[in-house]
Amino acid sequence: MSNFVEMPIAKAINAGLRQAMALDPKVLLFGEDIAELGGVFRVTEGILNQFGPTRIMNSPIAESGIVGTAIGLAMRGYRPVVEMQFDGFIFPAFDQITTQLAKMQNRSEGFLKMPVVIRVPYGGGIGAVEHHSESPEAYFAHTPGLRVVSPSNPNDAYWMIQQAIASNDPVMFFEPKRRYWQKGPVNLDTPPMPLHAARVLREGNSATIACYGPMVTVALQAAEIAAEEGIHLEVIDIRSLSPIDFTTIVESVKKTGRLVVASEASNFVSVSSEIAARVAEQAFYHLEAPVLRVGGFDVPYPPAKLEELFLPDADRILEAVDRILAY
Amino acid sequence: MVQFLSMDGKLHVPDEWAQYGEYLNRLTEADYLKFYRDMARIRRFDNEATALQRQGQLGLWIPAIGQEAAQIGSGYGVGPNDHIFPSYREHGVALTHGIDLMSILKMLRGVNHGGWNPDETRFHLYAIVLGSQVLHATGYAMGVNFDGNVATGNPDVDQAVITYFGDGATAEGDVSEGLLFAAINKTPQVFFCQNNQWAISSSTASQTTVPLFRRGEGFGVNGVRIDGNDVLASYAVTAKHMDDARNGLGPYFIEALTYRIGAHTTSDDPTKYRSNEEVDYWKARDPLKRLEIFLREQGVGQVFFDDVAASGDALAEEIRLATFALANPPFENMFNHVYSEPHPLIEEQMAWLENYEGSFEDEGHLAHQTTAIQVVETPDVIQVNNEGGAA
Repeated sequence: MSNFVEMPIAKAINAGLRQAMALDPKVLLFGEDIAELGGVFRVTEGILNQFGPTRIMNSPIAESGIVGTAIGLAMRGYRPVVEMQFDGFIFPAFDQITTQLAKMQNRSEGFLKMPVVIRVPYGGGIGAVEHHSESPEAYFAHTPGLRVVSPSNPNDAYWMIQQAIASNDPVMFFEPKRRYWQKGPVNLDTPPMPLHAARVLREGNSATIACYGPMVTVALQAAEIAAEEGIHLEVIDIRSLSPIDFTTIVESVKKTGRLVVASEASNFVSVSSEIAARVAEQAFYHLEAPVLRVGGFDVPYPPAKLEELFLPDADRILEAVDRILAY
Repeated sequence: MVQFLSMDGKLHVPDEWAQYGEYLNRLTEADYLKFYRDMARIRRFDNEATALQRQGQLGLWIPAIGQEAAQIGSGYGVGPNDHIFPSYREHGVALTHGIDLMSILKMLRGVNHGGWNPDETRFHLYAIVLGSQVLHATGYAMGVNFDGNVATGNPDVDQAVITYFGDGATAEGDVSEGLLFAAINKTPQVFFCQNNQWAISSSTASQTTVPLFRRGEGFGVNGVRIDGNDVLASYAVTAKHMDDARNGLGPYFIEALTYRIGAHTTSDDPTKYRSNEEVDYWKARDPLKRLEIFLREQGVGQVFFDDVAASGDALAEEIRLATFALANPPFENMFNHVYSEPHPLIEEQMAWLENYEGSFEDEGHLAHQTTAIQVVETPDVIQVNNEGGAA
């Protein structure tokens, strides 16, 4: 009998971090305002009290410095978990992430391991100012040497953060910030599946919706509405954006013949684009309609009063479903 | 500026630098000879590498001629447990810590991107993105602190970290952030800036308005300027601040004022941006010449210098033949270490390439790889000689 506890995503990440820290003294946390305050989203709240200032530290407000020193600590045998305060603040660290962190194992021909996790609260829907609502995951998915994942629910959050920390490769851990306080059951005993596996969340045979992170909730809403009209959507939580579990997606498309990929990120040159291309390659004869992408527009993330129009909602997904069912 | 050995080979320890001068007492005659031998050998190596590039055997060469004292001296100031984070021109430092110089030539031939073991050698991989390594060094030094390998008083336990960078790199934000993180964490660390006065074609004056040894002050990292062409100053000041770092006194900034006699790389043409007079001025301050004068005055005979020259020629011959013998890397090398753990995309693409290449049968590209090196046209102004390097 497994031990289930109800908690929100933020608390699940917190619990997962504590578990990883308890299991391995080499796991260190640092970032901006993460110690006493617990981070601007309180994800690391209370960890300072439990583990003390040698395990969790505030950093100077210098993102490149945070990632660059994390690389050095990884060389020293530590497993740093660093927080980028917001998605839009990751770019000062872009150089260290893409030219150093991602390439260090390759450069050293395997002599060095890079067990660094970069936690990034991402996505919109919180009524924030500029740079606080972005979805920059494609930049990192495009970078060889990085792994990129995003949990959508508390159970995955709890386990995926631990799996990311256990990985010897660098992992970009994108946290759906508008879902931080969404509750769900967490199985404290058994991990649900490997870090890079996609999950079929809801079965159906009319069309497949592939999505991740904050869009999973939206896709499930869309599936509920569609079901009332007799349209049975299969919903896949991709969970891992690099590598992507194409097998699960392609198998689903072989069954449904139709695919919509949904994300908050802009569609152009996106994770969604990659999925569309792959499905076209691997399930061409099974497709009854073109693959459609439902995502943010290709504009800078808009001011808060316009974000509802920017972010795909259930209706936008259903509009795309209508179009592919019309073929 | 700390200088012990003047350009005419006279040794003098001014009172104000007595704290560094003490370190010269640690040196035996054999150490002085070793300094000279290594400086001469690395220059000979450098000239040979330039020649190899000109002959199409290396894709690029990065000469360090003129900087031998800064590198050999500081390299020997680094202890046997310390870690070194170089930029990409620290061939001399590599020599002092037993790095197989072929590892560097392999990289510049295009066989790999580094590939030596930094844990084993304590000499970390060359960093081509300017200043990036400064943060890695700082993070590593933070780890030394966390591990308690500082100020125990046990020389087998205490460690320090040194990071090398140039005048050009000081403009990079990563160097400033490295200084800040080092100061905040009181890391056991030396920031060793070789100011060779030219960041490709940009002069130091275009990089800073305040002398570079003062760059750390605002962050809480004090600094000192040394004559980077004086191997004794370079050794003593580095050894002193590495000791201090190991003893828990925190980070320090050393600016070694030197000069890049050669080109930035073999793709560069320094005649476009600096005068012959300037280069001649610095050639007169050649780090090898002043040590040679000093050693001769101490009674070191021609036999020694002949032996050093012969040993340099032997090294040159050795690396030349070893370069010719370098095999092209197997295609799997492109894929094998991108990740530590299995990755489906990498596996798929490696299998595809193997299959694709195999499909050519007799014409298989993998079986008939052409050399990775292309002879490219470069300005014909850099002539190799065995005396002053590429000029």
